[in-house]
Amino acid sequence: MNRGSVVVVTERCKGCGFCVEFCPTHVLKLSSAFNAKGYHPPHLVDGDKCSGCNLCGMYCPDFAIFGYREPQVRPVAPAPSQPGKEA
Amino acid sequence: MSTLTEIGVHNPVEDFLRMERIPSIWCPGCGIGTTVNSFVHALIKTHTDMKKLVMVSGIGCSGRVGGYIGTDHFHTTHGRAIPFATGLSLANTELNVVVYSGDGDLVSIGGNHLIHAARRNVNLLVICVNNMIYAMTGGQAAATTPAASMSSTTPYGAFEPDINIPQLVDAAGAVYVARWTAFHVKQLETSMAEALKKKGFRFIEVVTPCPTLYQRRNNMGDGLAAMKDYKDRSKIRNGAGTHEVAMLPGEQIIVGKFVDRERQDYLTLMRSRLGANFQEWVDAPPQVEHEEGEGCGEC
Ligand code: SF4
Ligand code: SF4
Ligand code: SF4
Repeated sequence: MNRGSVVVVTERCKGCGFCVEFCPTHVLKLSSAFNAKGYHPPHLVDGDKCSGCNLCGMYCPDFAIFGYREPQVRPVAPAPSQPGKEA
Repeated sequence: MSTLTEIGVHNPVEDFLRMERIPSIWCPGCGIGTTVNSFVHALIKTHTDMKKLVMVSGIGCSGRVGGYIGTDHFHTTHGRAIPFATGLSLANTELNVVVYSGDGDLVSIGGNHLIHAARRNVNLLVICVNNMIYAMTGGQAAATTPAASMSSTTPYGAFEPDINIPQLVDAAGAVYVARWTAFHVKQLETSMAEALKKKGFRFIEVVTPCPTLYQRRNNMGDGLAAMKDYKDRSKIRNGAGTHEVAMLPGEQIIVGKFVDRERQDYLTLMRSRLGANFQEWVDAPPQVEHEEGEGCGEC
């Protein structure tokens, strides 16, 4: 499984809890802190388990969170050469 | 450390929205915004040309969707999204016309238009967000409000039974009919993508929470409670007969793709009827001769 993470735009969040409830790996939690409108935005609690599936982003009615797969840290292996295949 | 933008991390949905208008007017726990994610992902998946996409909506909370999507949009009077969209799709056949509106607008006040656009098989994709009430206008009972529900116009609970929308549009002749709930984000995306690729009259009902004006009066908890309820009560039955999918309080919500068939659309029928003269008729429609003294004589 690719490791992933989320971006939360806290000021857009309305604290509905959809993302927390439907995250398949249950790694989100609503914070005790408030945003300017008085809602509790979510944060990652068990970041290592986030797969970056973006289901939280699909559920969020306010476009306040999305998940992404972390870009590979390993350098990408060069494409295998294909002997005998001349352009 | 590089910033998120530098490593190319951003929410693709934002590229399709008028972000200057976000946050939306929708209440916390409203499900309409969730359906927008599925819709935008369907647009991405189908490589829809945004220059040719037009959103049309009527009045209501769901009618605001078009205004948030970064494409041409017409916000019609209450219930009249379909007639406007019909004219648009026939007048400019290049356009990809999507009607995105609510159950009160499309099925209740505009119900007759819905029936006839389905019957004519006009090239329209209709997305009906069903929150089971006229929400924005004050929580009045709609044709989709479940029997016995409390609303601002049914203080003793609604006496009338609600309508089974998929059965109505199926009977009227729609070529694609599906129902999902706001819980089914992925299935909804797939359905929207399939429907975007098809011609004719396509209809998708999405059942969504309305914590403010429907659930509160009926002690049904918040938006999340409704979403969990959809998760528990939904049963996917693709191809189910639409006469079997009426929603009854407390019983299974049957979701899925119910109808996917081929039938000549209105434009194709018109073109085949007019044949080679089609362009001529479009450029210079035959004039009806004005006849004096005709009429019933009473007026
Ligand atoms: S990206 Fe997926 S795993 Fe990560 S928080 Fe969001 S829903 Fe959970
Ligand atoms: S789904 Fe969106 S609005 Fe709801 S709690 Fe999560 S981030 Fe906030
Ligand atoms: S009134 Fe209901 S449908 Fe309208 S925005 Fe609020 S929750 Fe959504």
